[in-house]
Amino acid sequence: MERTLSALVNDRPGVLARIAGLFSRRGYNIASITVGVAEHPGFSRMTIVSAGDDATASQMVAQLLKLVDVIDVEDITREPVVRRELALIKVQTDKVTRPEISHILEPFRVSIVDVGHTSITVEVTGDTQKVDALLALLEPYGVLQIARTGVTALLRAAARESQPGVRIAEGL
Amino acid sequence: MQSQAQIAVESVLEIPPETSSRAVGASLAVNTGADLLCSLLLQAGVEVIFGYPGGAVLPIYDALFHAPLRHILTRHEQGAIHAAQGYARVTGRPGIVLATSGPGATNLVTGLADAFMDSTPLVVITGQVVRHLIGSDAFQEADIVGITMPITKHNYQIRDIAELPQVVADAFYLACSGRPGPVLIDMPKDVSAGPAVPAHLPLPGPRGYRLPSVPEPLAIARIRAVIAAAKRPLLYIGGGIISAGATELLREFARRCRIPVTTTLMGLGVYPEDDELFVGMLGMHGKYAANHAITDCDVLIALGVRFDDRVTGKLERFSPHSVKIHVDVDGAEINKNVPVHYPLVADVRDVLAALNADPPQPDTEQWRARIAGFEAEWPLQFKAEAEFLKPQAVIELLAQATGGTAVVTTDVGQHQMWAALFYPYSRPRQWVTSGGLGTMGFGFPAAMGAQVALPDATVICVTGDGSLQMNIQELQTVVENGLPVKVAIINNGFLGMVRQWQQFFHGKRYAQSKIGSPDFVRVAEAFGALGLRATTPSEAAAVIEQALAHPGPVFMDFVVREEENVFPMVPAGKGNDEMTLEWEEV
Ligand SMILES: Cc1ncc(C[n+]2csc(CCOP(=O)(O)OP(=O)(O)O)c2C)c(N)n1
Repeated sequence: MERTLSALVNDRPGVLARIAGLFSRRGYNIASITVGVAEHPGFSRMTIVSAGDDATASQMVAQLLKLVDVIDVEDITREPVVRRELALIKVQTDKVTRPEISHILEPFRVSIVDVGHTSITVEVTGDTQKVDALLALLEPYGVLQIARTGVTALLRAAARESQPGVRIAEGL
Repeated sequence: MQSQAQIAVESVLEIPPETSSRAVGASLAVNTGADLLCSLLLQAGVEVIFGYPGGAVLPIYDALFHAPLRHILTRHEQGAIHAAQGYARVTGRPGIVLATSGPGATNLVTGLADAFMDSTPLVVITGQVVRHLIGSDAFQEADIVGITMPITKHNYQIRDIAELPQVVADAFYLACSGRPGPVLIDMPKDVSAGPAVPAHLPLPGPRGYRLPSVPEPLAIARIRAVIAAAKRPLLYIGGGIISAGATELLREFARRCRIPVTTTLMGLGVYPEDDELFVGMLGMHGKYAANHAITDCDVLIALGVRFDDRVTGKLERFSPHSVKIHVDVDGAEINKNVPVHYPLVADVRDVLAALNADPPQPDTEQWRARIAGFEAEWPLQFKAEAEFLKPQAVIELLAQATGGTAVVTTDVGQHQMWAALFYPYSRPRQWVTSGGLGTMGFGFPAAMGAQVALPDATVICVTGDGSLQMNIQELQTVVENGLPVKVAIINNGFLGMVRQWQQFFHGKRYAQSKIGSPDFVRVAEAFGALGLRATTPSEAAAVIEQALAHPGPVFMDFVVREEENVFPMVPAGKGNDEMTLEWEEV
């Protein structure tokens, strides 16, 4: 099954290489990986989407924790989380199709971020299913290019008030 | 004056106080990054470095010229790192290696992988090209940090000299604490040549690195209850007991609970061979009784082991009836290969100390009788011959002549298994072999490093004619440094273990396993060592006597039966109880 891992790591050169290398040499696939600075300087938060049964997932967590630069990891697959992905989609358009496409886009609450003579670029944010659904609808018009960020995720507030998940501990 | 930092690092490294005061007292002038490195190494208690110079480490060698650090110049960087491993394995203190950039660094790769597999503490320093050339494919540039990421516990590249004190402190701490392992520090040449100011070795504190906490009393109580109710408990112990310094606690536990003990290849020496509770080594070439005991036990107490495939055999048949308890300091080893019922991520020392406070008392009398029955069914054996020398006989003669007290290192192959099976080990750190990686070429330099650490010990390297030729150049290092290493060559004219597999599983097609050798006696003499040869048991006894009496290094060329096989053998893909005990050609 699909797995989402949330990791807090040191923001140091090579950290991404260490994690990507670990996944490839242990035979875990990476569907997507997103990295960005965390709430304190010197730390990054990573969201890794992979696949595996429970045993594989707990090995992934244990192996990640073994990396010195990994502060904490959590498998948030079964937790209530906010999951978001951003995609930029460039679709072919002409006079006839442009209004049709606008119509399709409406319920998705996307922004059109670039308009050309023969194409438009839309920006969509949402969970993976939403992005996939929009793509499927746009496909018949000719999708010229796609750039997706991959999933990033955080535990919801209601998830565990007492245990807010992977956080930068006091005094780190 | 001792700083808090020194006290902290010392407690991990067990630096003798005189060493650290010598280091602190040594008023090493610090002008360059290289001087600072030497000063920090001294403060960390380093006495010996195994290394080989080159362009990118010239500034460090320049600093070493004056520093009170002993440097052993090997004849190959691989020799240096295996020597450092030998040093670390017999002392428990980190082995230190220094090599230049590019080829010097890549020559360390096998040793790093070996140390990583066998959890050996090393601090390895490599030179790197100057910072502004990094990434330009400069002369002798290799991305050693990238290359060694998967085979080090952690690695660093120093981009700013200000980072060095903390990195050195963290490197020693990482190498030695928890599950030990190799740590590499890559030093660009302009950093070591550039300016630096003196610094105290700070407190270690690698951010993100955590050691397991003391186990909960409840976890201990559960384990105790399971053991107390066992009818056929078995202790399955390995190198983790040695790293944790838990040998005495383990012995006490086994004796007070009357639980039989089997060890992995890496755990030999933890439990004395002559003790009645000792069942012997298990696994692919384990003892008959040990492999049956692990198959039949009802509670398996796995301490400081990692359920390696050479130990478990076919997983479906591995200890199928047992409730499994697994204690290891490395959380990633839990449930990795074999699912266990009672996992505990902890320092095995803490767990044993807690259990010993109130040891469970299972009734093991019948079980021990049953194991004795296994032992009687097929005790370890070989067919000795009066005229011809058998490899097993050589090991037995070595054991007799040394009273079983020598430090034994090995290479990889049949001789390694015979050395594991036929020499009676009685203390931890007495046995130094390449277990996880199975590196031919390990044994001789490892013996050299062991002898550097223990100048007065009898250090024997049991090797094969194939393996010895992989790092035979280190004989020059051994001779130059007056290291009285005794090398016992089990010379069977073959890459014996390869030949054994070809005989059993490839229709006796000996493709590329017949191997030629130089005249080892004359090789020894050419290097200035003593060379001796034996072809019969009586000659062998005489040669061993002469070698042990000789004050310097010796090559003993034991010309043995060529096509002898190691038994028992669990063929790949079979269960531990499906051992082959002799081979009949079909
Ligand atoms: C560096 C390396 N290369 C290849 C092997 C594969 N290998 C395992 S045992 C062995 C034969 C070893 O021959 P020798 O040293 O003569 O020992 P013997 O088995 O004859 O006792 C070989 C080639 C290895 N373990 N290490």
